[in-house]
Amino acid sequence: MLYLSLVFVFILSYSFYFYGKKRALSLKFKKNENLSSLPDYYGYYVVLLVFFPAIIIWFFLLIFKSNFQEMFVMSPVLFPDVATWSSGKFGLIMNKISNLSIIVNLSEIDLTVGDKSILKMASESEIIAAKNLANFDKIYGWSNLTLFIILPVLLGFLATKSISGKLNAQPIVEKIISYVIKGSSYIAIFITFGIFFSLVFEAINFFRYVNFMDFFFNTAWNPNRAFVINASEGFDQEALKEAFGFVPLLTGTLLIASVAMLVAVPLGLLTAIYLAEYASSKVRDIAKPIIEILAGIPTVVYGFFAALSLAPFIKDVGEGVGLPVSAESALAAGLAMGVMIIPFVSSLSDDVIKAVPQSLREGSYAIGATKSETIKKVILPAALAGIMGSFLLAISRAIGETMIVVMAASLRANLTFNPLEPATTITTQIVTSLIGDVEFDNPKTLVAFALGLTLFVMTLILNIAAITIVKKYREKYE
Amino acid sequence: MSSLEKRLAAEKRFKFYGMFAMTLSLFFVLILMYKIFSTGSGAFVRTTINADVYFDPNFIEVSSNSSKKEIMKASYVDLADQVINQNHPGLDEENFIKVREMYTRKFDYQLRDYIANNPNVIGKTVNLDISASSDLDQIVKGNYPRNVPEAQRKINDYQLSILDSLDSKGKMSKTFNFWFFTNGDSRDPETAGILGALMGSFYALLICFSFAFPIGLLASVYLEEFVKPGKITDIIEVNINNLAAVPSIVYGLLGLGMLIGVFGMPYQVPLVGGLVLGFMTLPTIIIASRASLRGVPPSIREGALAVGATKMQTVFHHVIPLSLPGTLTGTIIGMAQALGETAPLLLVGMVAFVMEIPGGAFDPATGLPSQIYLWSESAERGFLEKTSAGIMLLLSFLIIMNTVAVLVRRKLEVKW
Repeated sequence: MLYLSLVFVFILSYSFYFYGKKRALSLKFKKNENLSSLPDYYGYYVVLLVFFPAIIIWFFLLIFKSNFQEMFVMSPVLFPDVATWSSGKFGLIMNKISNLSIIVNLSEIDLTVGDKSILKMASESEIIAAKNLANFDKIYGWSNLTLFIILPVLLGFLATKSISGKLNAQPIVEKIISYVIKGSSYIAIFITFGIFFSLVFEAINFFRYVNFMDFFFNTAWNPNRAFVINASEGFDQEALKEAFGFVPLLTGTLLIASVAMLVAVPLGLLTAIYLAEYASSKVRDIAKPIIEILAGIPTVVYGFFAALSLAPFIKDVGEGVGLPVSAESALAAGLAMGVMIIPFVSSLSDDVIKAVPQSLREGSYAIGATKSETIKKVILPAALAGIMGSFLLAISRAIGETMIVVMAASLRANLTFNPLEPATTITTQIVTSLIGDVEFDNPKTLVAFALGLTLFVMTLILNIAAITIVKKYREKYE
Repeated sequence: MSSLEKRLAAEKRFKFYGMFAMTLSLFFVLILMYKIFSTGSGAFVRTTINADVYFDPNFIEVSSNSSKKEIMKASYVDLADQVINQNHPGLDEENFIKVREMYTRKFDYQLRDYIANNPNVIGKTVNLDISASSDLDQIVKGNYPRNVPEAQRKINDYQLSILDSLDSKGKMSKTFNFWFFTNGDSRDPETAGILGALMGSFYALLICFSFAFPIGLLASVYLEEFVKPGKITDIIEVNINNLAAVPSIVYGLLGLGMLIGVFGMPYQVPLVGGLVLGFMTLPTIIIASRASLRGVPPSIREGALAVGATKMQTVFHHVIPLSLPGTLTGTIIGMAQALGETAPLLLVGMVAFVMEIPGGAFDPATGLPSQIYLWSESAERGFLEKTSAGIMLLLSFLIIMNTVAVLVRRKLEVKW
């Protein structure tokens, strides 16, 4: 129904364009009034006044549907003390009602024995609430549909009525549009604020439970030790101190990222040099897009590949030469990640190398240097800043990469620099602490936001550094 | 060796390193594709066992006059057992269970659907292809080795002997696995399908597009055409460049903390997943669209202004239409990235076990990549090829989208 009402908003807005235009034309030709703007603009004027209010209201109704649903089902008329309930109790009752709502409208013969006993246990007001819930979608949908037929029509007629020869529609229309496009560009800023505040807000909640210093400097990570002893005492403070130590996650992340960079930097850079300096344009045209496929492959595919083929292969090879290799070694995840970021290094470095002015190369050739000497002694030093920028971007990618490490790295924290041992990462722990649990009232889930904030800050610094370096470099040769 | 020879040898070596690195990178693409396609192709085929099914009225609770609803509600477990007894006469209880395990657990549903479509079949005998269980399917396809010790096999020696005798009678066959494309997720690999995840991704991308495309286009128009360079534009510009490089999992945290936590939107639904993907795609679209707006030569704008168009008319009548191919290309590429993103979907809950095929953006759903993740975590051997097949499907969608993007650019782009 919500979609249908959106269709109505579009259709009605579109038809009001013709209505407004017709009205303007009739003013001009039948009543001989002079129009201040072109007739089209009266059409746009009506459309804008119909479309934007309607679409904004529609969007709010869409987003807050579940809030309306809760208000409708858990009304104080049925449950007089609802305002005093804790969120846990509220959730339990809501869950019970939504289970009831599936069976409450079935006829007697369709009920199983279990259904009947559930119905018997429910209170009178819960049954009514369940019936309300079962009907909610229909009621909400129909009331929406009615609203979105009446509202645009009403707005449309009011707007059309206000059209007169003296009304100069064009500046008004242009003003509205300029506000809309201005607002659109501020949305990007809102998203950044949204990210920042949702991370900071929940991270502060986390640091209410766990000391700031304990988090950043402890070397043990055992979130499962953070459990409630009993309701009155809350969390075991001693265990909390030991539970969330960030250090092993940081070393694990850096370990896997370093393995990835050890793969991606030489391969990516050499590929870029070969493609930019040696390869014929034919080879270049074929090889470059194929290598860029590596960047387009979803990371879940690399994760699957790393866990399924690469990790067992590395384990077998390691055992073949007598080295103990874990099945979830940092090496496997790092290698897969390295392959993934080859194109980030290669295409950025490729651009940078190509931007080095031809005169530098020719000067080097003129004094008798070979091609490789020119590359090593002239081009690479000249392009160094840009290449460094591409490395920084690649590191930032590697640190923030999630699926490969979730699937191929270990879940257990391990303070080690040996790539053959298992290691876990920041992103892995964010995912494991949030899967299947959305209660924001204990440090086990809140820690994800503290980790996310650290990750955000780390990648932000790397990105800003990289962007600044690349920008400076570009200015040098332009 | 003279110094010149040394230098020339170094030159050769260096060139070889470059070529080697490039070949190795190309080799990685090949090996990845080979691995995925070789494990995944099996999922499109399903092993079936041919059996004579006598629809014995004694074992069927309904008659041919029953309504469709009654037929769908009745139990057919006894009938399924009866069919196995008929086709494998003389089994004791222990062996019966072993033979039953060779057929799909959803055997009775297959019979139910057949009766629902042909109610007159009750009392008659029909020759049907019954789907084999996933474990048997894997043995037949050769994904399980037959020669490992019996204790490590899911199909034991007795079941293997039954399989061989069925095979020698020509009762084993393979059909195209339509279920993979028409079913939702399932606990049994043989009946698990991708359609639910596909629809989940479709709704999420729909939301993502309707959020990110209009806003991205208008924002880039503002930044390129209307505002004079200054502090605020610098802030927005730096901001957008940074947003493009924020790890996707952070967007997932935004969805969880803000959309679900603060606004109270539901968990597990494509609406939230789509909005988060939209936030993520927005910077990509803005960057592509700005580049494309910059590509429109100033003479177009000056020409329009010279004949008396307002700024707004110039932009909306001339500049945007000319820049649209570039914007669309950027949008399609951004959507392709969004389709492959998994981490944000994990955080907003689109990784649950969902059997039903979602009918809208408010129904619980998984996405294509998160379904792949779910299957890859599953212990059942049969899900391995499903995972690879899911990846094949995902990659083909990505290839299609990127091809469309290239075609759009080639066909519509105006060269100045």
